[in-house]
Formats: sequence, structure tokens, C-alpha cells
Amino acid sequence: MSEATLPAQPIEDIAPAARFRAVRRFVRHRLAMVGVVMILVLVLGSFLGPHLYPFDDLRIDMRNRFQVPFMGPHWLGADPLGRDLMARLMTAGQVSLAVGFAAMILSTLVGTAIGAVAGFYGRALGGALMRFVDAMLCFPNIFLLLTLAAFIQPGVWTITAIIAFTSWMEVARVVEGQFKTLRERDFAIAAMMIGSSDARIIFAEILPNAVAPIVVAATLNVARAILLESYVSFLGYGIQPPLPSWGNMLNSAQQYLTSAPWLAIFPGLAITAAVTGFNFIGDGLRDALDPRLDA
Amino acid sequence: MTALLFELLDVEKSYELRGGGAAFRPGPKRRLRALDGVRLTVARGDSVALVGESGSGKSTLLRVLMGLTSPTDGRALYGGQDVTQLKGERRAAFQREVAMVYQDARGSLNPRLPVLDLIAEPIRHHKLRAGPAVRDRVLELLDQVGLPAATLKRYPSQLSGGQVRRVAIARALASEPLTIVADEAVSGLDVSTQAQLLNLLVELQRRMGLTLIFITHDLGVASFLCDQIAVMYLGRIVETGPTRAILERPAHPYTQALLNAQPRFFAPIAQPLQGEIPSPIDLPPGCRFAGRCPRAVPACREDDPALMPSGQGRAVACIRPLTAAA
Repeated sequence: MSEATLPAQPIEDIAPAARFRAVRRFVRHRLAMVGVVMILVLVLGSFLGPHLYPFDDLRIDMRNRFQVPFMGPHWLGADPLGRDLMARLMTAGQVSLAVGFAAMILSTLVGTAIGAVAGFYGRALGGALMRFVDAMLCFPNIFLLLTLAAFIQPGVWTITAIIAFTSWMEVARVVEGQFKTLRERDFAIAAMMIGSSDARIIFAEILPNAVAPIVVAATLNVARAILLESYVSFLGYGIQPPLPSWGNMLNSAQQYLTSAPWLAIFPGLAITAAVTGFNFIGDGLRDALDPRLDA
Repeated sequence: MTALLFELLDVEKSYELRGGGAAFRPGPKRRLRALDGVRLTVARGDSVALVGESGSGKSTLLRVLMGLTSPTDGRALYGGQDVTQLKGERRAAFQREVAMVYQDARGSLNPRLPVLDLIAEPIRHHKLRAGPAVRDRVLELLDQVGLPAATLKRYPSQLSGGQVRRVAIARALASEPLTIVADEAVSGLDVSTQAQLLNLLVELQRRMGLTLIFITHDLGVASFLCDQIAVMYLGRIVETGPTRAILERPAHPYTQALLNAQPRFFAPIAQPLQGEIPSPIDLPPGCRFAGRCPRAVPACREDDPALMPSGQGRAVACIRPLTAAA
């Protein structure tokens, strides 16, 4: 054995692995950090806030109907029934954020599965799947959503499913493109030469290398899912009162827009903050995970 | 007489090209012949160097040999069976017995896996070891290629070019193969690393009876490592035979030209080849080397010479070989 052994080579000054460099780039991305702070505030506020805040979101307080923000016991004012707006925003935030996240997870899973199969197997199967994706993309999203919502009993889970159903296509396209290129790379071919199974090549070899664009697409999908949920709820087909969501709070604020504008302003701000926050994070991730920076 | 491992029988690989025409009016179909009538046999224990300029079809030949590309004509056999038709057990055996070292070593290693998993992959797949023995075997292989145990946890991006090359070789050895097929495995490395890796390969070949198929454009590497040499030009093997005989007395003018183009100490390069390697699209009739051949006669532009045996295990595709008494 000794003759065939090469003199050992010392391994020194090691460049940090690409993943740590990506984390550093993300942390240094100012806008992304702004987004992270915005989302943290919204998430913590929605899920921890109700435990600390003295008012219940469903308690009716007729003496303080239409209380103006900062001018009474209710911090952000009260609605026509005297319910505390801040408390309602928190509960609505739980619903809207949960729907957004769940829809993102569902749409990412579906999109990744379809994109992976289409990209890896290609040919007729891949072509058929991608033409289906194109067809789905041709529908105006919001009408599809409304049509579906009109036929299906609205609820948190059905709304989540409907939103996921209308927003998995982008992920599928991204994943398909990644798989198409990665399967031609030498390491994928090497795995095929060893005789690894398709499942192993897809999950162990290719998917880990396609994570970055999937994460970016998924983050941007959360923002879109929150926005879609707001649309549908605003139009009355989404989350049904008394369960509040940022969208249906806007809906019920419509008729008081001139007399009690704060009822619309604060949910509107919450939606804006959530959507921009996730978009900032998505942009930051896109920049940080750019493989060209790791060359 | 040892058993034949690989046989290429008149392998042809051509690609159809379209283009050049205006929109909606595709131009005439053209054929790019990457490989054209290639015959090559490799017996167990042989070491064969494939030599030729870039674009001569070396890598395509390798892909056909490995069953990654099916030839448009002719057959590629492994142990007497068509490589693209191998099924079940025979296929699994082929995958274990033939290991490849890729031209782009870094590209052939999954950047998301540490060295331990990269080298363990073939061991686990072929169930050569189990449990903690896998790790021991990986350490043994690393030691063999001269990498310290600390390499185990590194990712390819944390290794230098030479180290990545060693990992790729260790990975190829991991499946305990009978044959190693290497595509430019040592090119682009500094001379001392190159020498170490070449010594390792020679040693492994002698000790374990490995069969080597080695693509290189470096005649020096070829002469050091391989007993047999096959010179390729434009998708065809123009000369084969024992390395020593060919390098000492080349028969094909192209081989001669390659030898002349090798830089030597203090000497100007004698006779650089005129012109570029022609495009393999729509080749003119006659010998494909005729346009650059210093010995070309009018007949060379009419007849396309086939690879004919010329004695002593050699074969040459030329109507006026240099070895003929003329």
C-alpha cells in the first residue's frame, strides 16, 4: 500500500464555505434587514401581542364606538361596535400571516414537485407539464381566485388551498429551469454513471443545488399570498367575519372611509408592511444567494 | 490473449444541424460528424492513451464508450454486450467496474456535499462496505491520493484545483473498479502534482491490474502512462499501436506533426502545422488531413484511407505512411 500512497498534502488557509458567505451578504443587505425587522414586528405583534395587550378583539364596548386613535383607552381607536382596533389587527394578522405562510408552503411544494419532474425527465412529459403551467399562467389570477372562491365554502383552509392553487406556477418554472441545467452538469452525470436511482439524483444531487432560487421564489410567494388573501377577503369571498383578516377589515371599513378613516388606514398599513417586508427579504436573498458571487 | 473489455465497432456519431436560413425557411440540413468510423479495442489490463487536438472527438468517443451517448451508427460493446443495452445485474456490474475521472473535476463533484459523502457515495451505492467501515475506507482512499483526514469535512469549494483532482480520483477508486476512464485527468496541474498523480495511477495499474483509458493532449503523459496510443484527428483514429513504436517512428504525418509540435528544451518548434483543424461539418472527400498534410498528393484528396493494419500491432490510416520505404 505504501508505494501507491502520495505524500500527504497539508490543507491550510481555507476559504469559508459558500453558504457562510451567502449569510454574510444577506446580513449586510440593508433593505433585507429592514424587511426582516418589519416581518419580525408583524409576526411577534400578531402572535405575542394579544397576550400582552389589555383589550380583547371581540369585546364590544358601546361607550367607545368610533373612538379616534390615541384619544381614549383604545390605542388605535375602536370600530362601530367599540371593538378595539389594535386587538383586531393582531388577530387578523395571525390569520393573514398564517394563510400567507401556509399558501407559500403548499404552492412551493406543488411547484417544486411539478418543476422537478418536468425538468428532470424532460421530453414529452416535461413538455406537457410546462404547457399546463403556461395555460395556468394565462388565466388572470384574480378572476380564477374569485371564481373558485365563489364555488367553494370560504374558510381559512379552503382560501389557503385556493391561493396555493393559483400561485405555484412561478416556482414550477424556476425549478424546471434549474433541473434542466443541473441534470446536464458533470456531478449529475457522475451520479448516473455510478448507477444512483432517479430519486436519489433528484433529492440528494440536484435539489440541494436548486434551493437558492426556490427560497427566493417562496419568499416572494408569501408576499403575494398575503396580497391575494386581502383581495379576496376585501371582496367578501375570503375569510368571513367575525374572524378578522386584514382584507376583510378593509372591507368593513369601506362605509366609514370619510367618518372613521383609521379603520381602513391601519389594516392597509399592515398589508403594505407585510408585502413590502417579504419583498425586501426576497430581494435580499436573491442578491445574497447569487451563485455568480461565489465563483 | 486477454479478454476484450471494450470494443468500438465502426462507431459513428453525427449531429444534424439546421440553420443559416431566414425565418420560417430553415437552411439546408448539415451533418456534423463528431465520430466517423472509429474502431478501437481495449483488452483487460491495457492502458490506452487517446491523443488529439481539441475538437478531434476524444470526449465524444469517451461518452460513447461509457454509454452516455448512443452512437448514430456502429456499436459500442463492453464485455461483448452493447453498453446502451446493459440491463439489471450486467448494468450494475458495468457501473461498478468502470469508473470515470471527469475533465472538469470540480464540476463532477456535487458542491453541496462534503468530501466524505462524495467518496462514500459509490461505496454505499455498491454496498462495498457498511456502517463505520465506510468512513475507514474513505480515509484509506484519501490517504492513497495524499490527502489528510481533515479533508473529510471540506466542501469542494474549499479545496484547491489539485486537491479537487485528488478527490475525484479517490472517488473513482472507491467503487474498486477494473477500468478507469480519465478525461484530461492531470492537465492544467502544476508539474509536481501531475507527476505525483501519474505515479499513483501507474502504481495502481501495476498492482491492481487496472485498465486505463486516458484522454490527453500531452504526448509525454501518454508515453509515461500508457502502453498503447490512439491518435485521433477529426473524429477518426488515424494511427494506433504500441506507444513506444509510434512515438519513435510515427507512420501518420499527423502524428509526426504532433510530435514536432511538442516543445523541447532550447529548440524552436520545428514545423508547426499549417492552418486550423477544419470544421467537421460537410467534410470534403478524401483524407481529412490532406489540407494540412505536408506530404499530400492529389490522390489524397480523392480517396479516404481507412485504418489498415501495418504490422507489429500498429495500424495507420494513410496512403503514404512515413514508415513505408519510399
